[in-house]
Amino acid sequence: MLVGATNSSLAQEYREIIPPEDFARVPPDRLRQYLGLTRQQFEQMDEETLKDLMSLRIEAKAQMPDDPDAELNTTEWRYLLGPHQWTGYDRPAYIWQPVSQIHKYNLLPLFIGSLKTTFVALLFAVPLAIAAALYVSQLAHPRAREWLKPGIELLSGIPSVVLGFFALIVMASFFQALFGYPSRLNAFVAGLALGLAVIPVVFSIAEDALTSVPRSYTEAALALGSTRWQAAWQIVLPAALPGVFAATVLGFGRAIGETMIVLMASGNASIVSWNLFDSTRTLTATIAAELAETVVGGHHYRVLFLLGALLFAVTFVANLVGDLVIHRLKGRLEGRR
Amino acid sequence: MATFLILAILALILGNIFLQGGTGLSPRFIFGNADKDMFDVASAGVWPMVFGTAARVILMTLFVIPVGVTTAIYLTEYAPALSPFTRIIRGAVNNLAGVPSIVFGLFGLGFFISAVGGTLDVFLYPDSPKPVWGKAALIWASLTLAVMTLPVVIVATEESLRAIPLGLREASLALGATKLQTVLRVVLPQALPGILTGGILAVSRAAGEVAPILFTGAAYYMASLPQSLTDQFMDLAYHVFVLSTQSPDIEKTRPILYGTVVVLLLLTFALNLVAILIRARVRRNLRRLA
Repeated sequence: MLVGATNSSLAQEYREIIPPEDFARVPPDRLRQYLGLTRQQFEQMDEETLKDLMSLRIEAKAQMPDDPDAELNTTEWRYLLGPHQWTGYDRPAYIWQPVSQIHKYNLLPLFIGSLKTTFVALLFAVPLAIAAALYVSQLAHPRAREWLKPGIELLSGIPSVVLGFFALIVMASFFQALFGYPSRLNAFVAGLALGLAVIPVVFSIAEDALTSVPRSYTEAALALGSTRWQAAWQIVLPAALPGVFAATVLGFGRAIGETMIVLMASGNASIVSWNLFDSTRTLTATIAAELAETVVGGHHYRVLFLLGALLFAVTFVANLVGDLVIHRLKGRLEGRR
Repeated sequence: MATFLILAILALILGNIFLQGGTGLSPRFIFGNADKDMFDVASAGVWPMVFGTAARVILMTLFVIPVGVTTAIYLTEYAPALSPFTRIIRGAVNNLAGVPSIVFGLFGLGFFISAVGGTLDVFLYPDSPKPVWGKAALIWASLTLAVMTLPVVIVATEESLRAIPLGLREASLALGATKLQTVLRVVLPQALPGILTGGILAVSRAAGEVAPILFTGAAYYMASLPQSLTDQFMDLAYHVFVLSTQSPDIEKTRPILYGTVVVLLLLTFALNLVAILIRARVRRNLRRLA
């Protein structure tokens, strides 16, 4: 397993000691890992600095906090997923704090963060996108459809970093002035911007599913005296419902995997809170923000890769479900034709 | 109505960006250097970023087009339609399209930089104290993006291959051409515009991506343009991120920020537009053929 091979225990980290006199005998890569430096930092230091660091480490071992937490390997599953009574806290807590002295890797704050922003995004994007898809595919004049569809799909041409920039610079200030909540960047703002990225995904899949409902359904409904609106709402939409579901699932996959928008607009504080107006840290933003600072192959690095693997698994399942549902729906609709 | 609400939001975003950013746009800004101070409104330009973005997407097409097109040809012309193997490939391509871009970044770091680059260093430069290939570089960013955009190229090529009438292939085979000759001389030339569309869509998608290149090649600041494949590069999309989050004074640097966004948007929209036009033309031609 990705995490099995690592041990983040502070006691373990300080167990072995290389005295400065051994400087010449240790291979550079080994020394770099021992000192916990990135390659770049390591290259910039001369021998004296490195030796100083080595003696500092010996002092650090002597001063190691007399803290039972220092003995823990915090990359074990129970610390990754469950609450723990850390020293100095009055009750068991879920904490993501990988660069503190005791590396705390609880994933729950990040899960909540990702779910919160995704929830806001879907709540905003799905109804809008599906209503638009219903209108464009069933009610709009064919000539109007010719430019409405590419117009909405233009949204997918906007790079996510631009949406993130817009959320950070314009939307964040606007909504704070409007609602007056304390944290300028939060799950709500990030979720709205994320919704803009999700709309074209949900729209084009739902539109495709709605268009593939045979014309005869609508014609039969119209012949029986229903209005166009009734035919679209009560006949076509129910017939294409699995497609709408698939569009939502694929939109979920897109939203939970989006990085730049949430990195820029969510505030990135890893707190456990279901309040949408609190600053929030998501899985993707955590990887993006922290990976550059980690030691290659170290425990922090590996936990971030674990997050990547989890994201991959979640989007994999979402895509699989979405594709299967669409495939079946199309088979059924086209088979009856 | 929902449709118009979406379009209104779109207009609002683009209007805000172009109105505020359009004024700062000048030849000096686009072709100017950023080597003195990239946060200085009076002198900073975006040429190094435009160059870096162009370099990484052009390199990417060199990797992605051959692989994508041969895969699509195999899938439509050669592979048995219902065999489990074909299904697995199709499933994999479909899935690749849905993988989050940050995961591609992790993949690029873990596979290209650590595994491939690290191995190259062990064999080619065993004595070098600094990594030569095993670090963030232009080539690794391009390869990562190539993996990411592979589904775009495969899907577009497949679509254009499937639109070619079966009769054309049969006529070629009936005249005694081998299967390979038919594919290379009859089918492929017909599919060329479709392949081009796929390539352009891949480029426009890749040009705006930041997450995959965060760890694989983009540099916060570089004094000169990248000289070789193993150099890092400054990048337009990444620069938008840098300017909006790392600026020492966001109000002061606002004109550069908006200007950079406009350049990036113009680039991606222009590419999209070209792709749409080519595709429309291909569809018209095909309708005439069929």
